[in-house]
Amino acid sequence: MHGLTFDIAHMLAGSLVLVSFLELYQDRLMALINIYAVHAVVLTLSVAWQALIQDAPHLYITALIALSFKAIVIPVALRRIIVKLGIHREIDNVVGVGLAMLAGIGLVALSMVVMLRVTAEADPLAREDLAFALSVVLLGLLMMVTRRNAVSQVIGFMSLENGLVLAATGAKGMPLVVEISVAFSVLIAFIVIGIFLFRIRERFDTVDIQALDRFRGERR
Amino acid sequence: MALIHDLLFQGGQMLLVLLLAPLLTGFVRKVKARLLRRRGPPLLQPFRDLARLLRKDAVLAENASWLFRVVPYLMFAATWVAASLVPTFRSGLLFSWTADLIALIALLGSARFFLALAGMDVGTGFGGIGASREMMIASLAEPAMMMIVFAIALIAGSTQLSTMAAFMNSPEVGLRVSLGLALLALIIVAVAENARIPVDNPATHLELTMVHEAMVLEYSGRHLALIELATFLKLLLYMSLIACLFAPWGIGAATADPAEIAIGVASYVAKLVAGSFLLAVFETAIAKMRVFRVPQFLGAALMLALLATLLRFVSRSF
Amino acid sequence: MVIDALIAVAALLALAPAGIILASSPVGRPTVYGASLALSLALIVAGAVSLFGHHDSTTTLPLGLPWLGAHFRIDALSAFFLIVVNVGAAAASLFAFGYGKHEEFPGRVLPFYPAYLAGMNLVLLSADAFSFLVSWEFMSLSSWALVIAHHHLRENMRAGYVYLLMASFGTLSLLFAFGLLAGASGDYAFDTMRATPPSAELAALVLILALVGAGSKAGLVPLHAWLPLAHPAAPSQVSALMSGVMTKVAVYGFIRIVFDLAGPPAWWWSMPVLFVGAVTAVMGVLYALMQRDLKRVLAYSTIENIGIVFVALGLALAFKANAMNFAAALAMTAALLHVLNHSLFKNLLFCGAGAVLAATGERDMEKLGGLIHRMPRTAFVFLVGCAAVSALPPLNGFVSEWLVFQAILLSPQLASWGLKLMIPAAGALLALSAALAGACFVRVYGIAFLGRPRSNAARDAHESERVSVVAMGLLAAACLVLGILPGFAIDALAPVTYLVAGGRMPVQTAVEWLSTVPIAESRSSYNGMLVFVFIAASGMIAAFVIHRLASDKIRRGAIWDCGFPDASTVTQYSDDSFAQPIRRIFGTVVFRAREIGEMPTPSSTAPARFTAIVRDPIWDTLYAPLTEFVAFTAEKLNVLQFLTIRRYLSLVFAALVLLLLVLASWP
Repeated sequence: MHGLTFDIAHMLAGSLVLVSFLELYQDRLMALINIYAVHAVVLTLSVAWQALIQDAPHLYITALIALSFKAIVIPVALRRIIVKLGIHREIDNVVGVGLAMLAGIGLVALSMVVMLRVTAEADPLAREDLAFALSVVLLGLLMMVTRRNAVSQVIGFMSLENGLVLAATGAKGMPLVVEISVAFSVLIAFIVIGIFLFRIRERFDTVDIQALDRFRGERR
Repeated sequence: MALIHDLLFQGGQMLLVLLLAPLLTGFVRKVKARLLRRRGPPLLQPFRDLARLLRKDAVLAENASWLFRVVPYLMFAATWVAASLVPTFRSGLLFSWTADLIALIALLGSARFFLALAGMDVGTGFGGIGASREMMIASLAEPAMMMIVFAIALIAGSTQLSTMAAFMNSPEVGLRVSLGLALLALIIVAVAENARIPVDNPATHLELTMVHEAMVLEYSGRHLALIELATFLKLLLYMSLIACLFAPWGIGAATADPAEIAIGVASYVAKLVAGSFLLAVFETAIAKMRVFRVPQFLGAALMLALLATLLRFVSRSF
Repeated sequence: MVIDALIAVAALLALAPAGIILASSPVGRPTVYGASLALSLALIVAGAVSLFGHHDSTTTLPLGLPWLGAHFRIDALSAFFLIVVNVGAAAASLFAFGYGKHEEFPGRVLPFYPAYLAGMNLVLLSADAFSFLVSWEFMSLSSWALVIAHHHLRENMRAGYVYLLMASFGTLSLLFAFGLLAGASGDYAFDTMRATPPSAELAALVLILALVGAGSKAGLVPLHAWLPLAHPAAPSQVSALMSGVMTKVAVYGFIRIVFDLAGPPAWWWSMPVLFVGAVTAVMGVLYALMQRDLKRVLAYSTIENIGIVFVALGLALAFKANAMNFAAALAMTAALLHVLNHSLFKNLLFCGAGAVLAATGERDMEKLGGLIHRMPRTAFVFLVGCAAVSALPPLNGFVSEWLVFQAILLSPQLASWGLKLMIPAAGALLALSAALAGACFVRVYGIAFLGRPRSNAARDAHESERVSVVAMGLLAAACLVLGILPGFAIDALAPVTYLVAGGRMPVQTAVEWLSTVPIAESRSSYNGMLVFVFIAASGMIAAFVIHRLASDKIRRGAIWDCGFPDASTVTQYSDDSFAQPIRRIFGTVVFRAREIGEMPTPSSTAPARFTAIVRDPIWDTLYAPLTEFVAFTAEKLNVLQFLTIRRYLSLVFAALVLLLLVLASWP
């Protein structure tokens, strides 16, 4: 498949990487959640397009799950959590925006090189989609590493999972069972994290991870 | 005969950009005012402002040097030459081979260099603040612009604007990720270079929020008129550039007949109207950033453009 | 031709003792500088005849090592660099005609100046490693003598010390490089080295040694530390030569070793060169933005431009290794053209700085200002220099940077992944350094020449001597001509690129309207002349129309300053404040820049203080630990000075026993 279909699939995968960069740039929590919602919407579009061109109807369900859970339910829930925790105006960043974006570019370059070399014989569309997917995964990890606030780390984790879904759909033939189990496990993890966030907040009045380290008493 | 023809078109383009530039700014101001539920100044107000300024005496500070007096003409000339070389309604301009896109950017850079020097000439704090901030913004906007040029040149196979416009109009171009990234970066750079919100407020009267206005604080009369006209031309140039590279539909080929020329002109005007409307909405919707957030904003543009170039280097299909 | 060149060099060497004798007499300065000017012009002619006549010449003199002799040769590469070096030397000598009047110790400058010129020319003419290294050392030593000419200033002595150390280190690297190239046979002639290229591992080692050795003389980061100390310390005409010309001799050394003698390049050779070049370009200009001393800014700007040259050389290596000869020729032309352009405008800028120093006695930009009114002609030519170094069309700096960018646009065809990632990054860094250079020179010109005078010295400045202004004017005119008509220079470089890169660019003088077309006309072209004509025409038409139809009256009034004019000149922007935004963006990361503002309490009359602290990361991480280590070792070894006689005898005895043991166990 070449021409316009190829290009649109490419464009959507590239937009996912772009939105991951926007997440890295953003340091206010409310806006971060909105951008995560956009991330999920782009993932939905990408998966739906893949369903169209691969002629795989079960991917439509994946797209629907992505849209309903990740684009609507989770952002709304997160918004409520952070308003309740009262941290919706905070700014958190461990390294400056410039350095984070530079590191992001380096990671994208790395994933390009790795993926395009390792999969030299595969179908061109799949190869490049996999390269983009690996970039999204690495960018999600970068977000988890460079943020102080637990909520932003959760968002990093979620966008990492979006990258995995992109990889799976791009590789042609992700059975629905896998997708449902992954989605549910993420949901459970999310609920658990949410509960813990409230408990932490109750005990320590903060969800700043570094503050928690101090309380643990291991940094003397 | 063909030479006269081409010469007429080049001359026509030069006059067209000169006439459209104040009208464009007038339209942007009108739309912004309407969005704020004001009536706004008339569309032709910038023309009237220019005419008024031209007739006035130029008042110079006692210690203003010859550089101060020459810079408005230099800046206007450089910007006008640059604006005349961007294909608007027809590609294949007669003198498009004299300066490619890199040279165009460098021409705008030299206009800015001399304007910053003029800001420093009289020796006031405000001139210094404008010049210093302008060069800071330039130090990030120019590399971003250069990387955008690289990304597009690697797709189009040329840095010559006429060739690039013709390529972008052809079906070979396809939907490329690096083009999307380059477009986003170009919009950010255009906003920064034209001193628009969120980087600089063109309508401010508070000196500490000024960047461009602070550099021209000491100018008056015909000098100020020329600098204002150059600013209008720069906005037109950037809009024409975005239109010719990313929305090239309707640009006539080098051998176009009168019908295609008419379509070209009409589509160009339509693109300008759409662009100014979007600019006005964008400026009204967001607030001006504080000065030290601008480097982050432009740094993002640089990173996007770098990513676009990197993707092109890595694979031809990105 | 080479004989004539050698005679000219010998005449320069003979001028040195003449300088000693004539130093105190009033005819000394015109004689020495006049003769240097004439001899430099003669050498330009020799180089030009060789380059345009496509004519190599060799000779061997019975000097130096008895079994080797001294080989001298002019080929296309040396001819081009001869022209570059001697144009700079001629301009500096003409400038020094007028400027040398201000020299307090002519006896310390006049003898060494022609010796320095002789040394540089000899390096270019050498065709064997021995004469190359001897001339290189001679060049270093004579410039060292010039650096410490004003020895009463302690900082100059320190500059000389650091310079001597780094120069010796560089020569040591080059010695090893030539040793590896000569191989076990020990034949040091370049022709033999060219005929027997070393194996791949040895060639790699030669590349690194040449990069370190020639790079330290050229000013590559991190071996640049001596350059901003030594270049400003020397008298201005010598600074012009050191920055504008000696760094080019170092580039010549690098090109000669890596492109000519070391054999075919491997695929990875360009990567260290590109990396070092790009880092040098950005670091150089960032350092320049933090400096207050006018000459130091120019020295760091030299470092930046050398970085640009090395990026272009790295690209040429990459293309050559991939057998893309055409692209290699383009990159090499860009590098060599930038070498020429930089020597012209850097010469001009240093001469201008010298004129300012002579007129005001100040190098600190914080004490200058308003010089455009007091020194109008110097200000004009300095402006041309600033515009040229900021790569503004239609001047020459833009043409070579444009060619480098065109070469980068050809590089996606390279196969290696490392290069595919490195080259866009290098391109971004190059664009960043070009933009920052513009900011740097707006700052330099704006603070030093524009505004209002910040001290009495600036208020009472006077115009420079006519001869000096003429010298600077000639350099400025050359910058403009090379920017408008670069085609002639590019065509003249064709034999050089054939020699080192195996190809050439398309014939430029055959293109319509004398445009510059690096690859093909549809792909990219630039016509400096027409751009210049258009800008001049539009500006003049606008001026004419407005003056006729609208108004042409001028009134003078007080400074507006939004209605709050302040008579004190301290309230205008200073060099520190101009650089503050950029220092805040880039400096906090690169230089760990910190700003401390101390405001007085409400009722105290103490002044507010602002301190900006900038630390040099390379000095802190590389040089300081190294010097500490050497000092530590020296301390420990110092014990050997104070031993008893018995201990000394036991040392001698131990050495003897060791040698006998070695002899006994020798197979």
